[in-house]
Amino acid sequence: MNLFDYTRPASVAEAIAAAQAPGAAYLGAGTNLLDLMKGGVVTPARLVDVTRLPGLDRLDVLDDGGVRVGALVRNSDLAHDPHFAKAYPAVAEALLSGASAQLRNAATAAGNLMQRTRCPYFADATSPCNKRTPGSGCAALGGATRLHAVLGWSEHCIATHPSDFCVPLAALDAVVEIEGAAGRREVALESFHRLPGDAPEREADLAPGELITAVRLPPEAAGFAAHSRYLKVRDRTSYAFAVVSAAAGLRLDGDRIAEARLALGGVALKPWRAREAESLLAGQAPDGTMFRKAADAALAGATPSGEANAFKIELARRILVRALTLAAAGTPERLPALPASPFAATFAAPSPSSAAAAPAGAAHG
Amino acid sequence: MIPLRLTVNGTAREVLLEDPRVTLLDLLRERLHLTGSKKGCDRGQCGACTVLVDGRRINACLALAISLDGASVTTIEGLADGDRLHPVQEAFIAHDGFQCGFCTPGQIMSAVGLIAEGQAGTDPERIREGMSGNLCRCGAYAGIGDAVLAAQTAGDGQAAGVMMREDAA
Repeated sequence: MNLFDYTRPASVAEAIAAAQAPGAAYLGAGTNLLDLMKGGVVTPARLVDVTRLPGLDRLDVLDDGGVRVGALVRNSDLAHDPHFAKAYPAVAEALLSGASAQLRNAATAAGNLMQRTRCPYFADATSPCNKRTPGSGCAALGGATRLHAVLGWSEHCIATHPSDFCVPLAALDAVVEIEGAAGRREVALESFHRLPGDAPEREADLAPGELITAVRLPPEAAGFAAHSRYLKVRDRTSYAFAVVSAAAGLRLDGDRIAEARLALGGVALKPWRAREAESLLAGQAPDGTMFRKAADAALAGATPSGEANAFKIELARRILVRALTLAAAGTPERLPALPASPFAATFAAPSPSSAAAAPAGAAHG
Repeated sequence: MIPLRLTVNGTAREVLLEDPRVTLLDLLRERLHLTGSKKGCDRGQCGACTVLVDGRRINACLALAISLDGASVTTIEGLADGDRLHPVQEAFIAHDGFQCGFCTPGQIMSAVGLIAEGQAGTDPERIREGMSGNLCRCGAYAGIGDAVLAAQTAGDGQAAGVMMREDAA
């Protein structure tokens, strides 16, 4: 790990001033940053410790009914907050399907947004990587690409964004609140992370020295609470990044879908909102045929970034269908359901044709 | 030199850090000579370094000590009351929750944290999920799961009310 200058400012204004120094990085829990520093992947000259900044650890219900999640709210605290979990169950389920209990106890909301890709070539400081060293090339191309992108990738970078939390946030129109030397601004989470294009080193809509202060969920986002799921498939039952994941939310009006929300994780360098699929579902009955059409639309532009990840395209379609099917059956009483366990009843999907009728969570054990 | 104050296993400790790079794990092992917390991967993947900070289990290897100034830390050395073992320690012995023992301090601290969190109840599947941040390369998972379940059951009797299991076949 490189030597760095450490500073612990007492206010947001002081933090932003301290972060103007070249090579400065904000330090939250450090669960990703310290790991990368140990590997020599990032070498910040200064760490600006934001963990004591007043007010940023608050979780507030706003006057309009929305919720503001302070940048420092820990993943586990957010997921287990009774009001939050009830209003945004897919977000709680996503949080609790990520990392391990130890990491969720430490990791912050803003840190989750700012975590780096787990592309093994990015994490290996000796491999060419356009994200780590612009212009050096991409060692992942033609390499071991089983977990790489199938949507929105470029010849400069085929990495994926690893967050679970961000997937339902994108689906639910979350907003990122940002403060910097030039003042405050906000940006939709959906457009916060950037696709690689020809500049994969530019990962987020965040200028040097800008600080995420909160993530906000609009009041409409709670309208999907009765029919929301986050479904994650991974290479082992727990404590692994998604191969593919999906957040699905339905607002039902009688036997029709009034509005659908869909996003995919593990398929692109950002949480992938599937707006065409959402449009197709509006006004339709929640059945398997429609779900498959929506899934086809969501993956219409997908192409493998390597031979080894072609399977992710059909897997993503099936995960979307299953997430929609589970959402239609209703949000389970207890969240999170055990998200990816093959032993958990709440994972087993009812057949798509009987989605609306089948109870989730039957026949466990 | 940077002064750092921590309460470790109930005792106030002050350390002068000459370097901000020291992790909580290295501070515990190298400066305070509490070598019960183990350095397995040093990258947050194995859980052998699990300790409680302000009552919550975290990976000590991925926390900068200096950032935790003022915190209260509990390590495996702080669990027993003299010769009287903590119930989770007793359960690991009773259920043979180890083989070589290297991961055991982390497993036990993680289990103490898990029980305090109150989320897993007595559902073995939720206990396994809650313990997934702790690897055991000997593969003593069956005994570990039994030990945590037994400690959970003995600890507070919170049982059927929080269970997800249903009788339906």
